[in-house]
Amino acid sequence: MSLNHHLRHAEAASPEAIPDQQPREPQPRGAKVHGNHPVDHDEAAARFIAAPHHEHMHDSRLWDLRQQRDAQMHGIEEWEELREHASRVKSHTLANLGDYLEQFTAAAQANGVHVHWARDAAEHNQIVHSIMSDHGARSLIKSKSMLTEECGFREYMAGVGIEVIETDLGERIQQLDDEPPSHIVVPATHKLRTDVAQVFARTLGTDPNNSEVHYLAEQQREKTRPLILQADVGMTGANFAIAENGAIAVCTNEGNADLSANVPPLHIASIGIEKIIPRVADLGVFIRLLSRSALGSPITQYTSHFRGPRPGAEMHFVMVDNGRSERLGDETFWSSLKCIRCSACMNTCPVFRRSGGLSYGATYSGPIGLILDPTMNRRKYSKLPYASTLNGSCTNVCPVKINIHEQIFEWRKVMASEHQPAVAERAMMKAAGVVLSNPRAYRAAVAGADRALRVLPQFAVDIPLNPWATPGRETPQAPRETFHEWYRRTDGGRIDTELPASGEDGSGTEEDQG
Amino acid sequence: MRVALMVPCYADALEPETGIATLQLLRRLGIDVDYPVDQTCCSQPMVNAGFHEDAKATQAHFVDTFAGYDYIVAPSNSCVRNVRENLTAVEQTDRTREVRSRIVELVEFLHDVLQVEDFPWAEFPHKVTYHDSCSSIRFLKSSSMSELREEPYSKPLALLSRVRGIEIEQTKRPDECCGFGGTFSVLEPATSVKMGQDKVADHSSTGATHVVSGDGSCTMHLNSCARRLGLPMKFLHIAQVLNGDRG
Ligand code: SF4
Repeated sequence: MSLNHHLRHAEAASPEAIPDQQPREPQPRGAKVHGNHPVDHDEAAARFIAAPHHEHMHDSRLWDLRQQRDAQMHGIEEWEELREHASRVKSHTLANLGDYLEQFTAAAQANGVHVHWARDAAEHNQIVHSIMSDHGARSLIKSKSMLTEECGFREYMAGVGIEVIETDLGERIQQLDDEPPSHIVVPATHKLRTDVAQVFARTLGTDPNNSEVHYLAEQQREKTRPLILQADVGMTGANFAIAENGAIAVCTNEGNADLSANVPPLHIASIGIEKIIPRVADLGVFIRLLSRSALGSPITQYTSHFRGPRPGAEMHFVMVDNGRSERLGDETFWSSLKCIRCSACMNTCPVFRRSGGLSYGATYSGPIGLILDPTMNRRKYSKLPYASTLNGSCTNVCPVKINIHEQIFEWRKVMASEHQPAVAERAMMKAAGVVLSNPRAYRAAVAGADRALRVLPQFAVDIPLNPWATPGRETPQAPRETFHEWYRRTDGGRIDTELPASGEDGSGTEEDQG
Repeated sequence: MRVALMVPCYADALEPETGIATLQLLRRLGIDVDYPVDQTCCSQPMVNAGFHEDAKATQAHFVDTFAGYDYIVAPSNSCVRNVRENLTAVEQTDRTREVRSRIVELVEFLHDVLQVEDFPWAEFPHKVTYHDSCSSIRFLKSSSMSELREEPYSKPLALLSRVRGIEIEQTKRPDECCGFGGTFSVLEPATSVKMGQDKVADHSSTGATHVVSGDGSCTMHLNSCARRLGLPMKFLHIAQVLNGDRG
C-alpha cells in the first residue's frame, strides 16, 4: 500500500484520529485462543463492538472499499463474464494441478530457480531455515504473505534466532504490535491512527501524541530502511505462479516485493500450490479482477514478475501444500482453493466489518476464513461456520465465484453431524425436530402467544434463556392470539369478529383442539 | 387453481396479522385459499443450524401437508428459500419435488404469477422505507443486488408503488443484512444486535415513519432493536400495506 497514493491507500486513509479523546479508547484485542479449544468469535466480537470508535471506523472504512469496488465493477461491462472466466480457469487448473505443477517446476528450474516442496508448515519453515543456514544468512526481509502467516513463520524464525523484518507498512505495524494481520490485504485496518502512534512510540521511540500519517510512515521508514538494506535474504509470497514460463507474479501497493527480491542476494518465494495458472495470457484476467475486487482501484500499484535469479544471486521457490491437496480431494470444499485472496468477501461481510478480523482467531478471517479454517482444524474452528448470517453477499462479490455461503452452510452440517456443537444444542435440535413435525405437539407448544415467544426462538439453538433478552434488543410483544387461533375462532375470517388488539387480556382466546 | 397458504411458525405465533392480511389480500384478488391447519414449520431452524437429520420428520410433515396444491403461497422469503433449496433431508420423491417447486413467496405470486396491476383498496399516506431481506434479494432475486453488475429492479417496490399516497425513501445500504439470520441472532448476539441497530438507524435517518418488509423475521429483529434505541418506527408486512392497512 503506497503512501504517496494516500487518498486511495486503505491504511493511510484512516479517518481523522479522534481529537481530544479522553481517555483514549484502547484498541480491542482479538479472540482469546487456547490451544485447540473452540474459538469464541462472539466473545471477541462483543469486545470489538464495545469499542465504538474502532468498530465504526472499521465498518465505514471497509464499506468504502466495497463501494469503490462496486464503482470499478460498473466500469467494466464484461465484469460478470470476467468472473465466470476466472472461475473456469481456476477450476481447470485445479483439476489438472499435478500436470501444471510439473510444468511450472520444469520451467522454473530451466530458469535457474531452485524448487523445493513442503508438505506442511513445519517443512516450509525448515526448508527456508536450511537455505539460510547454507548461506550463513542471519536476517530476512519479507513482503507480506498470508502463506507464511499460515505457517507460523515469524515465530519459527524468532525461535531459531533469525531476525525477520516485515516491509509492508501495515504488516510491520502488526509485527511491532505482536499481532497477526487482521485482514488479508490491509493488515492493520482495525487500528486507529492513534493506536499506531502508540505502537510506534513503544517500539520505535516516536512521539506518542503525533498520529499524523506521514509522520508515522516516515518514522517507520527511517528506522526500518537500514535493516532492509543490510538483510541477507528477501522473501516474498506469490499471487500467481505461471506454469508456462515458471515465473511468479507478486502484486503489492508499496513495491515492497521488489525491495525484498532485489536488495538481498537471495530471494525465497513461498508459494501455495493452488496459486498456479496455466499461461501468461491468463494473468490478465486475474490482474483485472484482483485490485478492483480488493480495494476498488483499477490495478495494484506494482505487479512484479520474477522469473529467474539476477547474475550472482539465487532464487528459491518453496511450494507449499499444507493441507491443500487433501482439500482438493474434498467434493464439497475443494473450490475454496480458487481463492485469489482479494478480500472482497471480507469487505462486504457485515459480520466481519462489525467484529474485526482478529475476532476469528485464525489466519484467515471473514467469509473465506469460515470455510478455510475448519479444513485446518475442525475442533478449534467449529464455531466459525456460525459466524455468518448466510446472507450470500460474499458469494456474489467473489471474483472467482466461490460459493462461499453454501460452503459455510455445508460446514454447519459437518459440525452438527460430527457432534462438534455442545451436547445440549444437539438435544435441543432433536426436541425441536420432534415438536415441529407433530401438529399436536406444536400447537401445544405455541398455544398462547406468550408461550410461543419463549418456545419459538428457543427451539433454534441451545439457549436456556430468552434469546431476545440481549442488551440492545427488546423482546417482541406477544400478540393476543396466534394466527391459527384466529383462524379457528373466526373460521378463517368468515365469521365477522373483531380481532382483539394485542396487549388485552387473553380471556377471549379459545383453546385450540387441533 | 388450488392455492395453499403457508404461515411461517414465527408469523403464526408472533405476527398473526401477517397471515390474516395475506389471506384477505389473496381473497380480494379472487383466490380461494386453503389454510392446511396441520401445518407446523418449514424446518428452517434445524437446517440453518446444520441439523439436517433432525429436520427430516418436519420436512416429511411439510410435504404431507402441502402436497397436491398448484401453489403454496408464503409471506416469508426465508421459508420459501428453505423449502426450495434445503428440503433435502427428506427423500426426494415426486411429491417432495413438486412441493419444492410449487412454493412461492407472496411478492413473487402477486408480481410474477397473478401480475397484479392495481390495489384499488390500498392507500398508505406515509413515508416508508422498504426492508428487503437477503433471502429476497440474493436467493429469490426479487430485487437486484449491488454486488452484481445488473440493472436495478425491485418487485416489491413495483407493487408498493401502486399503493396510493405512499412515499418511498431509499436507505444508504439497501441490501445490507439486518443481522437476524436465525441461528446467528442467538449464537452471535453482539454482532447481530449491532447490525440490527445500524440497520434501524439507516431506515430512521431517511425520515421514514414506517418500515415495510416481506420478511417478518427481519422486522421482528429490527423492531426489537428500534424499541431499545427508542426509535418510534412502525414495522409492517407488505401484505398488510397491499391489503389496505393504513398504518
Ligand atoms: S473467497 Fe473470493 S472474495 Fe474472498 S478473498 Fe477469496 S477470491 Fe476474494
